[in-house]
Amino acid sequence: MNSKNSLIQIKGLRDGLLISLGEGEWHELEALLFEQIDERSSFFSGARLALDVGKQVLRVVNLTKLRDELSERSISLWAVVSDEPKTVQTAQLLGLATRISKQRPQEVARPKAAKDVEKEEVVLWVERTLRSGTRIEHNGHVVVMGDVNPGAEIVAAGNILVWGRLRGSVHVGADIEGQPADENTDAFVCALTMTPTRLQIASEIENRVGGKTSQKAVKISLKNGEFQTEVWNAK
Amino acid sequence: MSAKIVTITSGKGGVGKTTAIASLGIALASRGQKVVCVDGDIGLRNLDVIMGLENRIVYDIVDIVEGRCRLRQAMIRDKRLPGLFLIPAAQTRDKMAVSPSDMMRLGDDLREEVDWVLIDSPAGIERGFKNAIAPADRVLVLTNPEISAVRDADRVIGILEAEEKGSPSLILNRVNHEMVKKQEMLSPEDVLDLLAIDLIGIVPEDKSVLIAANQGAPIALDKESRAGQAFRNIAARMMGDDVPYMDLEEQGGLWKRISKLTGRN
Repeated sequence: MNSKNSLIQIKGLRDGLLISLGEGEWHELEALLFEQIDERSSFFSGARLALDVGKQVLRVVNLTKLRDELSERSISLWAVVSDEPKTVQTAQLLGLATRISKQRPQEVARPKAAKDVEKEEVVLWVERTLRSGTRIEHNGHVVVMGDVNPGAEIVAAGNILVWGRLRGSVHVGADIEGQPADENTDAFVCALTMTPTRLQIASEIENRVGGKTSQKAVKISLKNGEFQTEVWNAK
Repeated sequence: MSAKIVTITSGKGGVGKTTAIASLGIALASRGQKVVCVDGDIGLRNLDVIMGLENRIVYDIVDIVEGRCRLRQAMIRDKRLPGLFLIPAAQTRDKMAVSPSDMMRLGDDLREEVDWVLIDSPAGIERGFKNAIAPADRVLVLTNPEISAVRDADRVIGILEAEEKGSPSLILNRVNHEMVKKQEMLSPEDVLDLLAIDLIGIVPEDKSVLIAANQGAPIALDKESRAGQAFRNIAARMMGDDVPYMDLEEQGGLWKRISKLTGRN
């Protein structure tokens, strides 16, 4: 198969290597990757590696195995880039970066209409407590069934709802691609207990450090550029 | 024999991991168990000093991994307890000298030799930490009631959960009862509330820990010390005994609430 090499593309980045994998069965791609690495082990040894896995769905076991095997070869995996939300989530769970620079989104100028649809409809459902060091970035709404601990971060293009205690940092209405024009000032944050270390809606920042703890579920939104807090009343 | 491999880790440095390993090793060995303590902090070894065995080191963990000695040659027998051994770290190498799969192999070999393998993880969440948790059947996260230490512990617990290592248990070290009472220190309840994992022991702050460590005689040997008693209790809980939490001073109420919180009485 002469397409073998085209399945794995290696590029130099400013601070390491980027390997892009083509489509195919994960275990075959993985084997192919290590074959290439072992052929030129001195070139790869000590490298900082970012991996673009495309649409591949990877679980924690896949990524930890990959990272450990790379680490055996003195290669440190620092980023996994993917178009698949599941894989991105896995990588974030393991503390790996999921974007290598601003370059990528600029290269691919996505049609704006498609993006708005995503913001409206895509909800990321997180059914666990987000511990310190976890960062979730999502081009849509985020719902957390659990706590958001100090040191955890959520950045969402849409709204964030925390069914638990919010004690970390949240940014709603963010433009994930970093264009201020696309920010959403209508976005809001809801939590059962609201004591975030930092809260941002679009480009407005509220530092609530030392603020009073609300024992009731609240919703925080922007009204005429001012933060307003509403107590949730089911009646 | 088929040993249980237990790793103690914390994220933050200086919270008392090494002292805890030495103390638990002694406490388990005093109960007739065969125990090997493994120093995972390659390049910055300390466990040998705390255990008072530094001048008996011939071979270390890197020598085992790189095949320069047999496993038993690197196991240093404790002066006081015949069932206690130490595998020291190498001082002149770094964490990259050993890989997670080397640690898994070492763990499997040690399982045949002893009842307990206690691994001392270095601070941080990098290679040394990955090495230390790789072979573990059970992980104990140790923290102090300080905001920075608790946040690091939270990070470590997150990583352990992500790596599907199972939920770790918590050792809360250096709790100063007076300061908690005056609300100058996080209470054990605050810490448990945030970390939301099982508690296996609370160790009170105790000056004699430092003195004992400097003399190479870990605190668990000191029958008078409350910290020593706390570590002996943790060892008993590791062996499956249901040991009540120590009633620290006159304020029984707090500790009762904690007992309730953790389902022990």
